[in-house]
Amino acid sequence: MTGPILVIPCSGIGKVFGTISREATYWVVEDLREGKADTLCLSLLVMGDDDTRRLVKTHRCIAVDGCPAECARKNIELSGGQLAANFRAVDLLREHKDLKTQNVTFLDENGKKLAGFLAERIALKIDDLMKEGAKL
Amino acid sequence: MSSPPKIGVVSCSGESCVEGTVSRIATRLVLEKLRPENTVTICLPLFLAGEQGERMFAKFFLTIAVDGCEKKCAKNAIEKYSGRTACSIVVDDLLKEWGVSKPRSRRELDDEGMRVASRVAEEIVVAIDAIFSSGRYKKSVDV
Repeated sequence: MTGPILVIPCSGIGKVFGTISREATYWVVEDLREGKADTLCLSLLVMGDDDTRRLVKTHRCIAVDGCPAECARKNIELSGGQLAANFRAVDLLREHKDLKTQNVTFLDENGKKLAGFLAERIALKIDDLMKEGAKL
Repeated sequence: MSSPPKIGVVSCSGESCVEGTVSRIATRLVLEKLRPENTVTICLPLFLAGEQGERMFAKFFLTIAVDGCEKKCAKNAIEKYSGRTACSIVVDDLLKEWGVSKPRSRRELDDEGMRVASRVAEEIVVAIDAIFSSGRYKKSVDV
């Protein structure tokens, strides 16, 4: 399986978790692993868009969910996508209880730190997947 | 005792294009600053992937769909699962109508991008006010 790894955030808009998952995703696809990773709209996938479904079937995917509802992971799996890994922003908040954050629209400093931690984990996972892919 | 009536504002949240970012920020501006007493939202994928509880959202609330592009995921999802939207706003159409270029970054809106998001937010507020003034929704709900 070749091509970029698709990093798909949950699209959450109601809570800060979704904003963290989205910021972490942009961090990975535009900075940390530019060219090795890309993203797409989860809503298109959930709505059954043919091109989007084809993409998740032909590329390895990493779900980046905000909350335990795990909309990204579930919808990648329901679409027959190649789920290679999944992360949850809410888990990161539990690990870093000192980093309280509330702002949903624009992340505050703590929110940005959490997004940075999450982005680093995703980037490392991409490296692992790339190595595995190279061995195939 | 009465509580303010709520209108559901559902954004497409599209991550892959800047219009999705504009729709999301505009929706949040309405929820947090412009009409916090009269609006609620739900994550679109949760609405789509959720169970009956989430699907009931648009049955309880009149809804405004705020989409980034012509694929109109928010409008189509609501109308597929919960009934007609009260109003549909498409950011891409508004940008064309206004003769405004797309903001550059989908990740973080610059000053010009924020001006565009604020204009879209004002369009959402116009739609909210039109719903209330039409008499389709009472100004308060007895609880």
